[in-house]
Amino acid sequence: MTRALDDRAPQTVDPQTVDPQTADPQTVDPQTADPQSTDPPSAGARSVEPLDTPAARYRMIRLIRGFEELALELVRSGHIVGGTHPYIGQEAVAVGVCAALRPGDQITSTHRGHGHVLAKGVPPRLLLAELAGRVTGSNRGRGGSMHAADLRLGILGANGIVGAGVPIAAGAAWAAKQARADRVVAAFFGDGALNQGVLLETLNLAAIWKLPLLFVCENNGYATTLPAAAAVAGSAVARACGFGVAAFEVDGMDVEAVRGAASAAAGRARAGRGPVFLECRTYRFEGHHTVERRFRLAYRTAEEIAAWRARDPLESAAAALADAEAERAAIDAQVAAQLDDAREFALGSATPDPSGACDFLYASGLRPRAGALP
Amino acid sequence: MSLLSYAKALNRALADALEADPAVCVFGEDVGAGMAGLTFGLQDRFGRDRVVDLPLSEQAFTSLALGAALCGRRPVVEFQIPSLLFLVFEQIANQAHKISLMTGGQAAAPITYVVPGSGSREGWAGQHSDHPYSLFAHVGVKTVVPATPTDAYGLLASAIRDPDPVVFFAPSAAMSVREDVTRELEAVPLGAARVHREGTDVTVVAVGHLVHTALAVAAELAEEVSIEVFDPRTLYPFDWPALSLSLAKTRRLVVIDDSNRSCGIGAEVVASAAQESRLIAPPRRITRPDGAVLPFALALDRALQPNAEQLRQAVRAVAKEHG
Repeated sequence: MTRALDDRAPQTVDPQTVDPQTADPQTVDPQTADPQSTDPPSAGARSVEPLDTPAARYRMIRLIRGFEELALELVRSGHIVGGTHPYIGQEAVAVGVCAALRPGDQITSTHRGHGHVLAKGVPPRLLLAELAGRVTGSNRGRGGSMHAADLRLGILGANGIVGAGVPIAAGAAWAAKQARADRVVAAFFGDGALNQGVLLETLNLAAIWKLPLLFVCENNGYATTLPAAAAVAGSAVARACGFGVAAFEVDGMDVEAVRGAASAAAGRARAGRGPVFLECRTYRFEGHHTVERRFRLAYRTAEEIAAWRARDPLESAAAALADAEAERAAIDAQVAAQLDDAREFALGSATPDPSGACDFLYASGLRPRAGALP
Repeated sequence: MSLLSYAKALNRALADALEADPAVCVFGEDVGAGMAGLTFGLQDRFGRDRVVDLPLSEQAFTSLALGAALCGRRPVVEFQIPSLLFLVFEQIANQAHKISLMTGGQAAAPITYVVPGSGSREGWAGQHSDHPYSLFAHVGVKTVVPATPTDAYGLLASAIRDPDPVVFFAPSAAMSVREDVTRELEAVPLGAARVHREGTDVTVVAVGHLVHTALAVAAELAEEVSIEVFDPRTLYPFDWPALSLSLAKTRRLVVIDDSNRSCGIGAEVVASAAQESRLIAPPRRITRPDGAVLPFALALDRALQPNAEQLRQAVRAVAKEHG
């Protein structure tokens, strides 16, 4: 269970309306948090900006793009250890889907999850601090890029195992239905997950129980390096249809198309008409992960990459702005300032004390035996 | 006073938990019919929304339980066959177990995974006869293997209330055990061992149904050697202080454990005792062989499981040593 979200005491904190003065005193407002603090980060006192206008959606796409570029830079500089799976190119999917969700709705995410997590409301400074392994990170530096979560925002976790979040999302959707809560759950996954058994098992469960669940397939054409064309028999949509799940192909490079499809899907799920499957056709402009940059892999042609880059979701979202040039410049400047702040916050934050390496291992507080004799 | 069977104790513990806490729910195959005994009669009593029949999709429904747990539910997941735990190792060890740490303490996964009938059932062959409790203890998932009906009741009650995932093994060979119950059934804390019989010469650590083997051997050899029968009940977290107390008295150790030998819980008990207690005799362990797969024919199935004769020999061997 989450300590904050409990069906027996339905979530009453709307992050959009919460008054920071009356919020849980244990929570930390990320805008004022002290980077040296070891207090837990929290979304409780956070205000999530709605993605309800073209400008807001452009802004979020711009934020995700800039965040991912900053993360790439910090991987190169060694401030982020391990690596990341850049979301660059796929931003319209996260933003379009999250624009269709309400604050109380939930998501599960993937190894390529920064976009989902930001679009669902985690402030970039908390996510960047997490990537940099700092105590102020969304997961207190315990999860990193592949496990970012914020239960209070309905983010049940990114996941390092392909497809593994989908049945977890179904469990949350089952709980919502049992509690007669007006909540839907969106499970993000890639084309690689189409070949995982749990995904097919979950399609079946969601269909027989009419769960309020959105299956959001981000088909970026490749499971790491294996082309979907060489890996997926039939089609994603046909598979979903085979389970009696309503399924639609969506232009995943167009945030308005994704939002429209996701809004219809969420409305349908909320009305008790069962799950919807959206295959969002998209593309990652970068490699599978940051390590790939060091290799010269030739599984994609320059022409193919260029053709998709020509359909950059950032540009199409910018084109939808009313006063394109001026508005874009203003938003870009805001986002740049926000990312400067995120960098300063993350890199200025403390790294965890090694003596706490086993903290949070058990919710009961159980301390494991040491690995070596004292 | 009434005679309580192990199977009935489990059923009663689950019914009491469902009654006491509306967050408790049950996921599993054939749980409506109550095929494995654990859930018999409970769907009629608590409804299909709380005792939920699942299609044969173990991996999906094991993580379904995690998703429900993240939303405040307290699921009990039943597996009719111990070897199904291999199928869902990812969902238990890699997802539910890790979520508290990976989220920096934001999330907890109060899920109980129950196998009503673990280990050999005699004659069910290679893929229905495993006893993989040591795997979960190794990973660090809370793991219980009760030997008696009252402990089965009490540990299932505690497992369901615990905020962490717990794997609960109810050994097939213990399911027919009956016990005179003279007191009110109550919760038994996780991580607390039980000394079933006190002794001064040899500590026998016995796991699950093998507690009964150890008690029989202790009674039989009582004139010859004084055996302390130590039942850890919970394998993770193991009650190391209680074992140290017992070994401080006997300074001799035999472990009888239905795991395969390498990396089984018996190996850990012997290693910890060797490191932390002053033993006067080399400790012995009785286990299944390394890498055992139980063959079908009854004589072969039994040949690979720990037995009373092996325990007698081991106890006599360590009792001879006088440091």
